[in-house]
Amino acid sequence: MEQLLEILSDLHPDVDFEECDTLIDDGILDSFDIVSLISEINEEFDVVISAEHITPENFNSAEDLYALIERLEEE
Amino acid sequence: MQNHVLDYMDQIVKKCPDKVAFANEKEGLTFREVYEQTRSVGTFLHRRGIYKEPVIVFMNKHPKTIAAFFGVIDGGCFYVPIDEQMPVSRINLILENVKPRLMICDTKTIKKAESFETDAEAVLYEDIAYLEPDVAALQEIRDKAIDTDPIYIVFTSGSTGVPKGVAACHRSVLDYIEQLSEVLQFDENTVFGNQTPLYFDACLKELYPTLKFGATTYLIPKGYFMMPIKLVEFLNEKKINTICWVVSALTMISSLQTFEKVIPKYLKTVAFGSEVFPVKQFNLWKTTLPETDFVNLYGPTEGTGMCCYYRADRLFEEGESIPIGRPFKNTEILLLDENNKPADMGELCIRGTSVTLGYYNNPEKTAENFVQNPLNPAYPELIYRTGDIASRNENGELIFVSRKDYQIKHMGHRIELGEIEANVNVLEGIKTCACVYSKTDEKIVLYYVGEKDKAEVIKELREKLPRYMLPNELVTLESMLFTPNGKIDRKALLAMYEETCISQ
Repeated sequence: MEQLLEILSDLHPDVDFEECDTLIDDGILDSFDIVSLISEINEEFDVVISAEHITPENFNSAEDLYALIERLEEE
Repeated sequence: MQNHVLDYMDQIVKKCPDKVAFANEKEGLTFREVYEQTRSVGTFLHRRGIYKEPVIVFMNKHPKTIAAFFGVIDGGCFYVPIDEQMPVSRINLILENVKPRLMICDTKTIKKAESFETDAEAVLYEDIAYLEPDVAALQEIRDKAIDTDPIYIVFTSGSTGVPKGVAACHRSVLDYIEQLSEVLQFDENTVFGNQTPLYFDACLKELYPTLKFGATTYLIPKGYFMMPIKLVEFLNEKKINTICWVVSALTMISSLQTFEKVIPKYLKTVAFGSEVFPVKQFNLWKTTLPETDFVNLYGPTEGTGMCCYYRADRLFEEGESIPIGRPFKNTEILLLDENNKPADMGELCIRGTSVTLGYYNNPEKTAENFVQNPLNPAYPELIYRTGDIASRNENGELIFVSRKDYQIKHMGHRIELGEIEANVNVLEGIKTCACVYSKTDEKIVLYYVGEKDKAEVIKELREKLPRYMLPNELVTLESMLFTPNGKIDRKALLAMYEETCISQ
């Protein structure tokens, strides 16, 4: 989780990713952020996030996103 | 001869009044509704005595926003679109430049409009869109219209920190729509899926051909461009057959393996532009949709949308670049060297009707870029100097080489790095700064010297710059790097970034 929070705050140093759960709904992450997030998560965690995983439910908070990474790691 | 963009509308409303013209995911307006609302807005402007002047349209992306644009033109005025996502300080700069008397708002934007530094009155679209038209007055306005009258002003990034408003007239838009329609073969069966914001000239590609042919345009919600599967499903659901998108919207789909799950079923034409299309991603599209026409478009806002095209009808080799091709009919491209002589490689300059009127209320900047054709000393003839360096390949096709200055293309947006720097330099606690653009990982990198925390810098910049202009990486320096003759050493900064940050 630490690692993920670091990636996220590099992207938007001014957002509190531990609290925010409307990253998509409030337009905090844009499509450019999503693309860079996916490639950085791929490097750090060695999991592949593909199109079908890109939903508001998986990206609205750091917690949701971390849960997705954990699910993909188990697969 | 047609001399007015709304002549398209007058024709088409007789032909297919009940067809949907513009729609979003929830609702749409038919040609008759667009026509009636246009006439109502025009009538309102006439009653207020607002004529031959800029009118702000401050509305969210919606079919009614488009009708508001047309209404402003019908009243003999020109529309200046601004967007809720723009920071207020930037909007104030725009208002200072155009000095409007009226702003057309929707229920979501009107509150914000009242906080702007302007004397302009804010009115609700809903209050002015359903009036009885004043037929005689509208006819008189139309009769007096000249095709060199402006119809819109859109703002682009300016290197000194102040955005520049490009004004375009009926004639250059008519020329553009006629040539573009021929190249991309639009017709009454065209169903557009619009991606680009309505506050740039990019949306001309959908707005006016829809009127010309009685086509249909769907405004695709911005959020869908983060969710590739949902986006392709939307294209299929609405049977969208024509898209003119920025490259990054297309690569978002292909790079995330979307085609393994779902494929666009109806796409006949894919036009793209504003950026270099990475060959690997282009080939993915081309292989997935072998029957679809792919067309690369090139052109600055100052040349009314697009002015060159290239049919990308084959796969490309890694390292090869997709040409920008040839100019549209009725446009000439000159490549001029430092001595203003024709050259094999040189600054790309545009000659023809597509050259816009210039920067609104800004004669100095206009004179810098809209200049007398140096090849013609005999009579007045303006060309537009793009600042892009281009060359010709063995087939005579134009190839983009580089920029002359610090203008970049990032996510389809044209950005002056100088505008970002100008806004950083005025922040408290910043001593000096420099912006570079890393093409390798497509990031805007801000180097700065000062006490200020990175999060603070971004937070304050958010209030000044549109989101797409915010630096993606911030690096603090003990001292700035300078070249031997005392200029900021951008090359060294970029090399430093690409060595340290990317290889990590």
